[in-house]
Amino acid sequence: MPTQEEIYSKVSATLVEALNVDEDEITPESTLQGDLGAESIDFLDIVFRLEREFGIKIPRGELFPESIFQGDPEFVQDGRVTEKGLAELKARMPFADMEQFEQNPEVSHISDLFTVDLITRYIQGKLETSKN
Amino acid sequence: MRWIWIDTFLEFHSGKSARAVKNLSLAEDYFAEHFPGYPVMPGPLILEGLAQTGGILVGEANDFREKVVLAKIPTARFHREVLAGEQMTYAVDILTLRAEGASVAGKVFVGEELVAEAEIFFAHLDQARSQQIFGDHNFVFSGELKHLLGLARAQATPARSASEG
Repeated sequence: MPTQEEIYSKVSATLVEALNVDEDEITPESTLQGDLGAESIDFLDIVFRLEREFGIKIPRGELFPESIFQGDPEFVQDGRVTEKGLAELKARMPFADMEQFEQNPEVSHISDLFTVDLITRYIQGKLETSKN
Repeated sequence: MRWIWIDTFLEFHSGKSARAVKNLSLAEDYFAEHFPGYPVMPGPLILEGLAQTGGILVGEANDFREKVVLAKIPTARFHREVLAGEQMTYAVDILTLRAEGASVAGKVFVGEELVAEAEIFFAHLDQARSQQIFGDHNFVFSGELKHLLGLARAQATPARSASEG
């Protein structure tokens, strides 16, 4: 089982390849879209590379859910994620760090949840499960 | 302009790999301009041939039901120019093949010499949505590509013996 540091460095190398960014641009807090310029097709590319790099299967929508709320008013009201929506997000993405987002849960900030750290935590969880 | 950048397949292993040939004739139109007196195959057209080889390989893997579109070229390297009169071999291996799309590693050779290489990423246009926009017609695998597909399919069938032909 690789250490968190080893996973992070592999994730970081994967992002260098997929997004054509320099390694020194990447920090654990970097957001994939905002900081590293990922576009929709890049997310699929990242998934393919992570699967090859770590020898795991990443089912569609598990790491990068395509549409969590689908405009459901129970989950989103006036551009903000409701309590129920937050619970749904946590259930779908237990590997996301929601702390900052919960303070100001605007829907438009959801993409900021997707950081390099989020991928690292996801992979770590995945490797732990496959080991057991 | 005819948009077919492979002449024939040499090998076709369904879902795995393919090799195709592209002969460069000085009669091809683009050589008149690129460049006068020095006929170099434009790099993007080399990639197009590689993408057609890879696209057919990916398409055939799902029996051409998916609309396979080139979505991204994460890396491409050109090691030297390729000139009129030369013959390129496109060698493509599938790296990943899933419901959402596929990625392939492609290499271009002249003889034994590696002249270019690229990774190419294909997306399967979402069936439901593309049907709304484009109808049932598979606009990717139509026309000229279709003839090549027939060839690819025939070559994907193992042991086509001479006695059959």
